[in-house]
Amino acid sequence: MSFDAATQSPQTDTISEARRQVEICNACRYCEGFCDAFPAMFAERVFGEGDIVQIANLCHNCRGCYYSCQYTEPHEFALNLPQALADVRVDSWDRYGWPGGLGALFQRRGVALSAALVAGIALLFLAQAMLTPANGEGFYAVLSHTVMVAIFLPAFLFPMVVLALGLRAYWRDVGGAPVRWTHLRRAALRAGQLKNLDGGQGQGCNFEKGDRYSQARRHAHQATFWGFLLCFASTSSATLMHYLLGLEAPYGLFSLPKLLGVPGGLLLTLGAFGLAGLKLKADPQLGARNAWGGEMAFVLLLGLTGLTGLILYAVSGSGAVPAMLALHLGAVLTLFLTTPYSKMAHGFYRFAALVRDAQQRQA
Amino acid sequence: MSGIETAGWDVIVAGGGNAALCAAIEAAETGARVLVLEGAPKDYRGGNSRHTRNFRCMHRGPLSVLTDSYGEDEYFDDLIRVTKGETDETLARLAIRQSEDCLPWMERHGVRFQPSLSGTLSLSRTNAFFLGGGKALVNAYYNTLEDLGVTVRYEAQVTHVHIENGQFEALDVTLDGESLRISGRALVLASGGFQSDIDWLARAWGSSARNFLIRGTRYNRGVVLADMLDQGAESVGDPTQCHAVAIDGRAPKYDGGIVTRLDCVPFSIVVNRDGDRFYDEGEDVWPKRYAIWGRLVAAQPDQVAYSIIDSRSVELFMPSVFPPEKADTIAGLADKLGLPADKLAETVEAFNAACGEGAFSPQELDGLATEGLEPPKTNWARPIAEPPFYGYSLRPGVTFTYLGLKVDETARVSGPDGRYANIWAAGEMMAGSILGQGYLAGFGMTIGTVFGRIAGQEAAAHVV
Repeated sequence: MSFDAATQSPQTDTISEARRQVEICNACRYCEGFCDAFPAMFAERVFGEGDIVQIANLCHNCRGCYYSCQYTEPHEFALNLPQALADVRVDSWDRYGWPGGLGALFQRRGVALSAALVAGIALLFLAQAMLTPANGEGFYAVLSHTVMVAIFLPAFLFPMVVLALGLRAYWRDVGGAPVRWTHLRRAALRAGQLKNLDGGQGQGCNFEKGDRYSQARRHAHQATFWGFLLCFASTSSATLMHYLLGLEAPYGLFSLPKLLGVPGGLLLTLGAFGLAGLKLKADPQLGARNAWGGEMAFVLLLGLTGLTGLILYAVSGSGAVPAMLALHLGAVLTLFLTTPYSKMAHGFYRFAALVRDAQQRQA
Repeated sequence: MSGIETAGWDVIVAGGGNAALCAAIEAAETGARVLVLEGAPKDYRGGNSRHTRNFRCMHRGPLSVLTDSYGEDEYFDDLIRVTKGETDETLARLAIRQSEDCLPWMERHGVRFQPSLSGTLSLSRTNAFFLGGGKALVNAYYNTLEDLGVTVRYEAQVTHVHIENGQFEALDVTLDGESLRISGRALVLASGGFQSDIDWLARAWGSSARNFLIRGTRYNRGVVLADMLDQGAESVGDPTQCHAVAIDGRAPKYDGGIVTRLDCVPFSIVVNRDGDRFYDEGEDVWPKRYAIWGRLVAAQPDQVAYSIIDSRSVELFMPSVFPPEKADTIAGLADKLGLPADKLAETVEAFNAACGEGAFSPQELDGLATEGLEPPKTNWARPIAEPPFYGYSLRPGVTFTYLGLKVDETARVSGPDGRYANIWAAGEMMAGSILGQGYLAGFGMTIGTVFGRIAGQEAAAHVV
């Protein structure tokens, strides 16, 4: 082993391996129609580190290119573009998430995310025990609104700040230009429809059925994504109702928080557990190396967040509320706090990559 | 294992590429019991089809991804131009006419097309590109076969065809280390040419063929073709010839496929091992000349040549899979390429001195020619003068062989005593019936699809 090889960081390794593969793809181009990553790739001749990171974040791991590739192992070119780009992505999110190293921990170690969850739940139990409210209705009888805000406001703002800094660094690395409305619109449409998981022609991606196309992953992801947004909108609407209208929880079934939250919770739960089930059937060799556990723990955490939220609603008024409240809020807390370091980060960087791609197409 | 021997197959297909799969699908859709014997392991299934990228298709109006129209006569004229008339007109026109109906059939069986790839816009009217390339097509057809309940065996090498009184009886097959005798009522042969059997290639072409690279699968060894020819099957095509193009000399021995193509020649000078030029690099645009360069390089010592460009030309062609050698001086480049430095410098100087004045225009025949140089360069003759200098090695890359089985319009094969009762052939194995020499991009897939389908239909009709 040479001195140079010994001093190369793992990140340089993943970038140079991705570059090796991308250069072979650029001489072939058979996969041009699958997704946005290929036209972006074929517009270049020389691939700087930022180019590779941008292409990697554009890739949605649909795997169409792998199953179509004439150069996968045992061919000596040994192409596995979905894995090479996933490795670059995982490294890049780790690098952009301050403090460094937390990303590597939570993206790769399912046990770390599980431990964080246990800690989050414990914290909520502790808060209930030590700060028992004197009065209050519904779950505010268990944990006061003030305590909840004291815990969740920083737990929401801190990850947002870390992500904002990370996205700024990403934007600098990929050479991003000032963002215009048209860029955002194109990116939002492609993200909202998950265009990059539709195989380029709406046939879907290659995941749990190997070289057969399937819509299952795209649909499960859509349910998870839109379910999460609905849940987020539910919480936001409740916050607004609380502060602006003076309407405090608990809310009835036909209130905005419930109308958004119940379908959102159902979608999130079904989608996330669906994704976990599909992940069990798919080939782990086509995802990032050593990240399967962290990814699995993350989708399960999402599912658990949705499920505990629904159960909490179902048991309202019963003696199970304190326990379910601790479980649910513990899951939410863990999900929020680890956002810049878990697979959750992918949504933010992918969106940035789609915005950058929209810019490059216009250029 | 004995089950496969006595299963009572209606149609056995020897081969596992496009033509074989089309035949198997057609036969299975009639309800016939079909067995597909693919010689390659599953990872390398599909023969040369796994490396293909498009399908040349006649169409009277816009069809799927194809623009405008491409009529029978224009298609046929394109074919005659590349084969220099060495074409069976009846079979060729049959393939061309049926191609129009094949494209929707392919789509119905899972093949997806995409618009012409970047860098290949000239083909958007004539050739429909496969989304993901030929391997995606091969996957789609194997999935179709699975859905139809067809039995497919990999690493199943057919070694002998038993023929009694002009009638196919059974096959000898090596499968999982065992020798089996599998009988069936009809046989479709679609197991390709012999270009991967280097010994055979060397016997046919000469020992220099040992230095050729094989662009496609290593499994086209012509085992079944040889067996049929030994038994007196009627053959077609020049047994000594193969289609070869000049590719990157660093390509793997087999299966380099599309990425080893090099498009730099027209903007370069090409020298042999001794540093001498040997042919007009600017004779015509590259798509029209890349095929003759296989032969030209094959005729040079050690079957190798070197294409030299300067920094002004390095981005004029599609990126190469391997980076070129690069140096600031011609002598430095010669060192890296293993060429005699003085001689290369002399050749470049002589070339540069012979370049005239005029506008250099890479996208068209610009008429920028050398004066008083032998051999001349008749287009794109711009001095190689701006460092850094770049060099690629070139070697002949064999695409396919022309020798095959002669078939009629029903894809039926003939033996010493006339047509066999129940043997059909399709794909590269009989393409010599249509392509006497030369090659037209995407036409191999046309022949394979059209005659594969015909062979499957005919074989099924025979047994039903």
